[in-house]
Amino acid sequence: MHMLGYPAHFGQLECLKLIASQKFTDKRIGYLGAMLLLDERQDVHLLMTNCIKNDLNHSTQYVQGLALCTLGCMGSSEMCRDLAGEVEKLLKTSNSYLRKKAALCAVHVIRKVPELMEMFLPATKNLLSEKNHGVLHTSVVLLTEMCERSPDMLAHFRKLVPQLVRILKNLIMSGYSPEHDVSGISDPFLQVRILRLLRILGRSDDDSSEAMNDILAQVATNTETSKNVGNAILYETVLTIMDIKSESGLRVLAINILGRFLLNNDKNIRYVALTSLLKTVQTDHNAVQRHRSTIVDCLKDLDVSIKRRAMELSFALVNGNNVRGMMKELLYFLDSCDPEFKADCASGVFLSAEKYAPSKRWHIDTIMRVLTTAGSYVRDDSVPNLIQLITNSVEMHAYTVQRLYKALLDDISQQPLVQVASWCIGEYGDLLVSGQCEEEEPIQVTEDEVLDVLEGLLASNLSTPVTRGYSLTAIMKLSTRFSGVNRIKKVVSIYGSSIDVELQQRAVEYNALFKKYDHMRPALLERMPIMEKTATNGPTEIVQTNGEMEPSAVEAKHPPPVSQPTSPANDLLDLLSGNDVVPVIQTTLPSKPASAGGDLLELLGDISLGGGPAPTPAPAPAPAVSSTQPAFLLDGLTSQPLFNDIAPAGIPPMTAYNKNGLKIDFTFERANPNPNIAVITIHASNSTEADMTDFVFQAAVPKTFQLQLLSPSSNIVPALNQGSVTQVIRVLNPQKQQLRMRIKLTYTLKGSPVQDLAEVNNFPPQSWQ
Amino acid sequence: MMQFMLLFSRQAKLRLQKWFVPLCDKEKKKISRELIQVILARKPKMCSFLEWQDRTIVYASLYFCCAMELQDNELITLEIIHRYVELLDKYFGSVCELDVIFNFEKTFYILDEFLLAGEAQETSKKSVLKAMEEADLLQEVQQLL
Repeated sequence: MHMLGYPAHFGQLECLKLIASQKFTDKRIGYLGAMLLLDERQDVHLLMTNCIKNDLNHSTQYVQGLALCTLGCMGSSEMCRDLAGEVEKLLKTSNSYLRKKAALCAVHVIRKVPELMEMFLPATKNLLSEKNHGVLHTSVVLLTEMCERSPDMLAHFRKLVPQLVRILKNLIMSGYSPEHDVSGISDPFLQVRILRLLRILGRSDDDSSEAMNDILAQVATNTETSKNVGNAILYETVLTIMDIKSESGLRVLAINILGRFLLNNDKNIRYVALTSLLKTVQTDHNAVQRHRSTIVDCLKDLDVSIKRRAMELSFALVNGNNVRGMMKELLYFLDSCDPEFKADCASGVFLSAEKYAPSKRWHIDTIMRVLTTAGSYVRDDSVPNLIQLITNSVEMHAYTVQRLYKALLDDISQQPLVQVASWCIGEYGDLLVSGQCEEEEPIQVTEDEVLDVLEGLLASNLSTPVTRGYSLTAIMKLSTRFSGVNRIKKVVSIYGSSIDVELQQRAVEYNALFKKYDHMRPALLERMPIMEKTATNGPTEIVQTNGEMEPSAVEAKHPPPVSQPTSPANDLLDLLSGNDVVPVIQTTLPSKPASAGGDLLELLGDISLGGGPAPTPAPAPAPAVSSTQPAFLLDGLTSQPLFNDIAPAGIPPMTAYNKNGLKIDFTFERANPNPNIAVITIHASNSTEADMTDFVFQAAVPKTFQLQLLSPSSNIVPALNQGSVTQVIRVLNPQKQQLRMRIKLTYTLKGSPVQDLAEVNNFPPQSWQ
Repeated sequence: MMQFMLLFSRQAKLRLQKWFVPLCDKEKKKISRELIQVILARKPKMCSFLEWQDRTIVYASLYFCCAMELQDNELITLEIIHRYVELLDKYFGSVCELDVIFNFEKTFYILDEFLLAGEAQETSKKSVLKAMEEADLLQEVQQLL
């Protein structure tokens, strides 16, 4: 503790001396000093405990108040443990000045030492029957804190709902009370707090929710919205309505209120509306769609916070019907927004385009647009995704390559664009030169012009080493597609002595191709097959529909380095993702922070629960799990799939059930980057002497979860642990509640049917957090 | 729950800070410094809320800054700030920055009467001011004795 550079630790002890003095002035300053200078990390603070204890029992209420205040603001857990009894005593006093302070002090104690919560329960009995608003307010805070922390307390306090409703009603109906009035609304602080407590109490309970419906409707319709206060209350009301089990009419009312907020001039209100709409868009999608145009207008707002919220919400609202219009707006936004948004916006556009693209041409156009406007901000793995997409749309090859070529002529600074373009030119250069484009006016390009462009990329300062690799490979591929090979040979041999090791290696290898293995060249450099999208759950493996396998007889005679029994595709794939693989991993993992991009994926992941083509970014062409290890071209790349650990391995498996010889183990994966979905694989094994036939596993989860059971591997669990039946369960846990499951097992053992029910509660915390 | 409250002038001088969570001095200074810079950089017409290091920051004009937890109602926090300013105004009689500078302990006392453990404890302006009056009286009486 230093002041102006000089040690001022003496100040802390002075505070203690002042606190111990009898004079009120001294005590006041002493406690103030204590709150400012001391906190739980200094050992000295414990010396205060005794003083506070004495002062809590002082005859003057202001001294008691000071002590409560200090304890409530900076009390450590040891202090709280010692003094909780005193606080509890004061909670029961009739002095309202002290009671309200004691209530908040109790809140602090509970936050620090949750086990002491039970202690305060009896004192809360008649807290709500107080007339004094201060006490009422702090009691509601106390009750809220208790209910949030303990489901038992929650159940216990549910019976208070009618009383709370009554208090709220009185507040609204009563006339003007000057003491608590803020711009014509009586005690908005208390109203908001009660609404929040009601929200917690009504959350998963139908009866309570029903009891509240009327009062919520009343508050929603009667509150004045001209001032911030009114809007604050409405905001809390809307949050409550959306969270409890309210009837649909009420929900529509809530969303309309939010819509009105959106049109408000006050930026704060708009921000708040966008935030709440974001929370509700999953459950009440249609209702929010109605306000789509207003939300899209918010994209043009000047305020950064509002723009961010609007962008997230817009992505959540994109669906098959409005995708064209929304994309147009979003692309326009991408053009004009700040750099901090561009990355998230670009990935959002890609994801939406992938899910809802009305036609391949539109999809490619959209991607081109993103690449040309925000090319340097797109994520690194979008390049392989794009390439995979392009290969899939066979009829669009000519069109695509033409557009990419034109884009390259304009601008070579955006690396992802350049990489995709050079890859495409390498693959489809013949289409480009022959001028066969159906969708667009074909342009006249000669082979030399194409080679000029590619060589320009190689030589340019703007190109990163990765891009140079792409262009060199593209030039090489063109040797089979173009007629003039000499120029290519020259380029390749020049780069054989390049400083960049990667380029040099490639050039040398290509040179070797020209000189010694010229007969293999056409086969090696043939057109790439269509790549199928890889699954991102678990280890990624390329499923290649590859018809052009190298005749393996040929390599048997040649030295291993060039034995490429795996397809040329493998070779080129590796070069594609070659050195990119490692950096790509590093970017995908950290790119799942709590950023808008991350939220986006979660949102979209939630909507498309069933899976489908994994919308998550996967470094698609991972090095194939090929057994042959051609060391030549795959130097430095390992054979094992590099991405089987994208899922944070670390959730320990558990035994869910073990009875009568049947043992069921759960193993967990979180391969899907959506942290709300847990993928559980059950392994059922049988240690008895007879097989268990007709084995059926069923599971049920609490209402807040959703369960998806995939089909089991078989119905028979072989005896004596000779094998196991596996089945995959996917659990969606949006509220991150403790995962619990009830399972029902039916099977036939030695002819007699067996049925059993069990509850599984011992899920490791990491599986649902 | 409110995590901390800062009061600072346009020249980035910190006038008042009240912390409801335990943090070491270095962290407090770092947070204050960064936050002041971020807020002073915002243009006047911008929204009063921003998300920062997974807290929400609420600030009214003249740079009263409160950091809330993510699930708190931002609009009512604005009201809390307004209420606090009104209390200061009533107590000091048309308060200005000088009052805060020269009577900082009184501003703290008022804050302690209004907020405790990050929550509002008294919603009636009158009661807070009355409590302050009586406490001050007690102080003076003891002084005379």
